[in-house]
Amino acid sequence: MSFLILANAPNALEARRAFLGNSGLLLSGAVVALLAGKDSLAAAGDPSTDSDVRILNTALGAELEAIAAYQVGAESGLLQKPVLSLAVTFQGHHKEHADLLSKTIAKLGGKAVTAKAKYTFPTETLKTQTDVLRFAATLEKGAVSAYLGAVPVFGNRDLAKAAASILGDEAMHWAILRNALGEIPVPSAFMS
Amino acid sequence: MLAGAVLAVAAGMAPAADGTRPGDPKNGEAIYARCLACHALAYDRTGPRHCGLFGRRAGSVKDFGYSEAMKHSKIVWTEKTLDHFLANPLAAIPGTAMGYAGVTDAKERADLIIYLKQANRSPSCRK
Repeated sequence: MSFLILANAPNALEARRAFLGNSGLLLSGAVVALLAGKDSLAAAGDPSTDSDVRILNTALGAELEAIAAYQVGAESGLLQKPVLSLAVTFQGHHKEHADLLSKTIAKLGGKAVTAKAKYTFPTETLKTQTDVLRFAATLEKGAVSAYLGAVPVFGNRDLAKAAASILGDEAMHWAILRNALGEIPVPSAFMS
Repeated sequence: MLAGAVLAVAAGMAPAADGTRPGDPKNGEAIYARCLACHALAYDRTGPRHCGLFGRRAGSVKDFGYSEAMKHSKIVWTEKTLDHFLANPLAAIPGTAMGYAGVTDAKERADLIIYLKQANRSPSCRK
């Protein structure tokens, strides 16, 4: 089974843990920079700020859905360790993204969206660990594209930088999920 | 030229919205992967469902939380309006919640639109 690529590669797993740990440090750096840069954040009511808040809220909505999706995966009983641990770790990253986005929206004078009471997922198609991994990979790849499309349209470049930091994290998730599926982790030199 | 267009239609492709090139649904499906953080064909997510898209008035999926801008856009989704919107969503409908730079390549938009048209005829959209 493809996830055995993880189970049978202790050195790779160790390296990945260190990799993920470092990525957390990088994101933390962006968070600090964003929250510390109070002067660079415009007041609510400015058209550019209103647009940024809308973009952030859309990203927050997607992050909250991703958290719920990983919860479904973790509770499905289909994931075995170390894949289960990986899913929980990635869910934790999405929680950090959501927390940052929510705080930033509030700081800009906006109202952050909250998690929906219920999400729709294609659970009828999730029968095996591979199905769950493939579904998660699809969401992560989409997240990379979504952030890639958001970075250029932020009015505030600090927000673009923070979004790019999240983009990098989503790309790592996607690559590792592909690796767990036995696919080439990084299939091309560019993302779109 | 005309024969090529006929063959393209016969193969499930369709002229681009600007009439310059047939869309390729297979490539369009790959491009649609970019949308999957927020959209699905058959159900609403951060963005609304795409089943039933063509001919639908923008902002009209029941119970979906659209932006005011989308609700009041008076757009009806066709190949042409979709092509315009996808090229630069924020310019096409200022105030849209779709904070995305767009699909700037006209060929890619043609592929994406023909994929969506094909997907709308698929069983997953006929449930």
